[in-house]
Amino acid sequence: MIPEQFEYFAPSTIDEVLKLMVENDEAKILAGGHSLLPMMKLRFAEATHLIDINGVEALKGISDKGDHILIGAMTTESELIVSELLQQKCPLIPEAAKLIADPQVRNRGTIGGDIAHGDPGNDHPSIMMALDAIFVLQSPDGERTVPANSFFLGTYWTELGENEILKEIQVPVAKPNSGYAYTKLKRKTGDFATAATAVILTLDGDTCSSISIVMTNVGPTALKAEEAENLLAGKVIDESLIEEAAEKAMSICDPAEDLRGDVEYKTHMAGEMTRRAIRIALQRAKGEI
Amino acid sequence: MSTSAESIEREEKLQGVGCSRKRKEDPRFIQGKGNYVDDIKMPGMLCAEIVRSPYAHARIISIDKTEALALPGVHAVLTADDLKPLDLHWMPTLAGDVQAVLADEKVVFQMQEVAVVIANDRYIAADAVQLVKVEYEPLPALVDPHKSMDSDAPVIREDLIGKMDGAHSKRLHDNHIFTWDVGDKESTDQAFEDAEVTVKENMFYHRVHPCPLETCGCLASFDKIEGKLTAYVTSQAPHVVRTVVSMLSGIPESKVRIISPDIGGGFGNKVPIYPGYVTAMVASIVLGRPVKWVESRIENLTTTGFARDWHMEGELAADNEGRIKALRVNVLADHGAFDACADPSKFPAGMFHICTGSYDIPNAYARVDGVYTNKAPGGVAYRCSFRVTEAVYVVERMVDVLAQKLGMDKAEIRLKNFVKPEQFPYPTALGANLDSGDYHTALNKVLDAVDYKELRKEQEEKRANGELMGIGIVTFTEIVGAGPSKSCDILGVGMFDSAEIRVHPTGSALARMGTITQGQAHQTTYAQIIATELGIPSEEIQIEEGDTDTAPYGLGTYGSRTTPVGAAATAVAARKIKAKAAKIAAHLLEVSDDDLEWDVDRFKVKGVPGQEKTMKDIAWAAYNNLPEGMEPGLEAVDYYDPPEYTYPFGAYLCVVDIDKYTGVTKVRRFYALDDCGTRINPMVIEGQIHGGLTEGYAVAMGQELSFDPEGNIEGNSLMDYFLPTAVETPHWETDYTVTPSPHHPLGAKGVAESPHVGSIPTFTAAVVDAFAHLDVTHMNMPHSAYRVWQKCHELGLDKAK
Repeated sequence: MIPEQFEYFAPSTIDEVLKLMVENDEAKILAGGHSLLPMMKLRFAEATHLIDINGVEALKGISDKGDHILIGAMTTESELIVSELLQQKCPLIPEAAKLIADPQVRNRGTIGGDIAHGDPGNDHPSIMMALDAIFVLQSPDGERTVPANSFFLGTYWTELGENEILKEIQVPVAKPNSGYAYTKLKRKTGDFATAATAVILTLDGDTCSSISIVMTNVGPTALKAEEAENLLAGKVIDESLIEEAAEKAMSICDPAEDLRGDVEYKTHMAGEMTRRAIRIALQRAKGEI
Repeated sequence: MSTSAESIEREEKLQGVGCSRKRKEDPRFIQGKGNYVDDIKMPGMLCAEIVRSPYAHARIISIDKTEALALPGVHAVLTADDLKPLDLHWMPTLAGDVQAVLADEKVVFQMQEVAVVIANDRYIAADAVQLVKVEYEPLPALVDPHKSMDSDAPVIREDLIGKMDGAHSKRLHDNHIFTWDVGDKESTDQAFEDAEVTVKENMFYHRVHPCPLETCGCLASFDKIEGKLTAYVTSQAPHVVRTVVSMLSGIPESKVRIISPDIGGGFGNKVPIYPGYVTAMVASIVLGRPVKWVESRIENLTTTGFARDWHMEGELAADNEGRIKALRVNVLADHGAFDACADPSKFPAGMFHICTGSYDIPNAYARVDGVYTNKAPGGVAYRCSFRVTEAVYVVERMVDVLAQKLGMDKAEIRLKNFVKPEQFPYPTALGANLDSGDYHTALNKVLDAVDYKELRKEQEEKRANGELMGIGIVTFTEIVGAGPSKSCDILGVGMFDSAEIRVHPTGSALARMGTITQGQAHQTTYAQIIATELGIPSEEIQIEEGDTDTAPYGLGTYGSRTTPVGAAATAVAARKIKAKAAKIAAHLLEVSDDDLEWDVDRFKVKGVPGQEKTMKDIAWAAYNNLPEGMEPGLEAVDYYDPPEYTYPFGAYLCVVDIDKYTGVTKVRRFYALDDCGTRINPMVIEGQIHGGLTEGYAVAMGQELSFDPEGNIEGNSLMDYFLPTAVETPHWETDYTVTPSPHHPLGAKGVAESPHVGSIPTFTAAVVDAFAHLDVTHMNMPHSAYRVWQKCHELGLDKAK
């Protein structure tokens, strides 16, 4: 990497991080580095001051809080995958994390970086929205919480304020009789999604009592398919309802054309990923798989 | 020859030809002890970075270096104007054209080299690049080669205006490079007129890039006191670089030393000479300090030798029984802004005349027109022997198209049209002279191995259920080992190759070759050849290549020419030593040469047990006890000029399952049978086949360098450019037959490119075959999920269940 010159800080506490942010207007936070460093390599991102938060222990770790699980923002994708706690109580996260990039990236890349970057191509925004997670943000003025479903404002644009960092994430544990799925279509290992869909649904008998459907990389942010959710909630889901829900999900897609495909293809793939995610979540909720 | 257990044991100890000897290169590579160009550091070394054009076509109004030169640590900023007094602002290409080293008055492709900054380190150099202010006047970009020869097309090469005598033919337009044709047009046209059936298909063999893991680079060091230029270069042909550098710079060739150290893959990308090399050398000469230039991945993918980019129209004429009567091919070749193809100089379309394939086709005609566009120059042989990949693609696709038109089985039509074993050597209608082959045996072996009939039955059942399953078959013939110097040369130097072997007094040996390994395991396999020829254990034979001060002159490694040419030179040089050794042995044993017989590693007196001299004994004697009048020493050099090319072949079969809702194509099975004649190291061959199949898979299924209408390149980083990982790579099944080359000293043919050349059309064939029942005859590569889905969508196959 041949970036422009930058000043490098390696604080070890959250207070130090916040102080450095206040002192250095242009400072950028370096988490796993898998979005920021490529931009710096290409000299697209101007980072005159880099605050490396990899040494901040308080930002790491996964803990059981009873009705929810607390995940430190600097927890790596690899740590999410191997967490027995998550596998048992919130299996959607490890399933989705396995589909992110490749092992080298997952060893460095963090859940907090993936969320805070605000890139619609990242996977955690959809997962967090589908889970109804809550983000804990910290600034010199104190701590506040923001629901995942109102955190993402646009491409690279989030609720994070100036001098504010994402500290930790509260994710609710999976309910009984619920099922989950993250289906992701990508061209190759390491690629962002052409389209992907996260689904969580709960059954009451055969009836779907609640469902969330959120799509990755087919709009300026992750997209919650509310009409599709409303259609399915309170019903016994069958193939024709799944088809109708997929159509509704497709109708809100607004993807950007790139080498992965044009708008039509990406929209159709969002529809197909949605069909598949609903089917898998339903089967899991029924205990069929 | 004795076949006693004792002599078999001795033979095994040699680890000679036919042995799966472990690669001698690997211990250093897997321990990170390789020594690549960018690993080499010299005292006082400076770094070069290149200022590149953001436009595909623009006039340069001005270049302001002031700010860049003011940056501490910057030593120089060179532009075309600085190179002009040295006459080094343009350089010859291998294809008879010239190429701007640094843009001269205008830029003709995006990221073209405009200026070079020399600084203390890469960081300062990269900062300074941003400070060089270049003012451009954008010009309309010519991106579509079909429009290159339009009357209102922008002229790309103003330096060639009015020069209508091209390097290979008359030029028909300012943007035309050459017309090359081969075959009997009249008889071919007649055969088409008389034919019962004809088929025609247009296909685009897209622009791809070899993308070796190591990018290109050069560390140049000019010694002002000795007047000697030393350069470490990522080159597949170091001697050719030496000759060109000497011609360009005026430095005597004896004072130019080119070293190709360890090279991290070439695949044709490292055959040409690039502006980056030249500027590093010039900067070193000017500044008197070592200068290193190493390009980034994006620079590599964007500016150094691409491959393919051919628009092909194929036609076959046949009778109703499927017997092919004629082949006609017309090609529009996009060469970019300079004709920098890396072909033997007299072959502007490479070895495309092999496009009659493995078939007995009585009439054929092929024509290729090369044109300029505002794209990076190139046309290198990406793991292929100069356009053989394109040739195999067009004929294999057309045979399938014909089979579909006639409703014939795709294996059956091939068996019907193959050149028969008794027809070899077989002169093709386009002038190739196929040396040996047994195509029927190869294909039948594959069909049996995969239970082809059962696969077709399964396909029928799947089709009835609306599922997409495809079976692709390709039976290719390559032409490799350029080549006979009567026809093949690079800038006038005949395409022989060389080996020099020295046997030391204690019986070990050192051998140097004119070729250069880039991962092909020459250090391993050359030693095996010498081991078998001379009875010296492989482990005691040191192989050296790549240093022009020590290695004999050779044309390098590309086009699968190492085994056909370099290995032949090695065998012949070894045989010269063996002939002398026989005389020494006869002298030591006090018998006549005729009384001796060779047994693995020694000469024995026929019929007299115990009377023998090992090669070790003979080596010692060569330095102290020789026959009267014989010169001391035991060494030989051979410059081998092959009498003919070699023609490896193979039969490949691929089974794919296509997800019609996403377009994702899953390769369920890939069976590759190769015949490369005598097999020197089966394990190395297996590795080559795996590598080539994987690269072929990458080309067919994902790799592409595309351009937008303004000539901006798309997909030039590894985020988009497809390099398969272990996750994507299919499981490969390999097999072989052995049909030795009759004219090669070892009967060997060359193999590394076959799997690339052969697999690419196999993937296309399989994908198209999945849609064949829906009257689809061809689909252009790459067969990405996106493109395959578009076909599914167009045919309405992706409707929800």
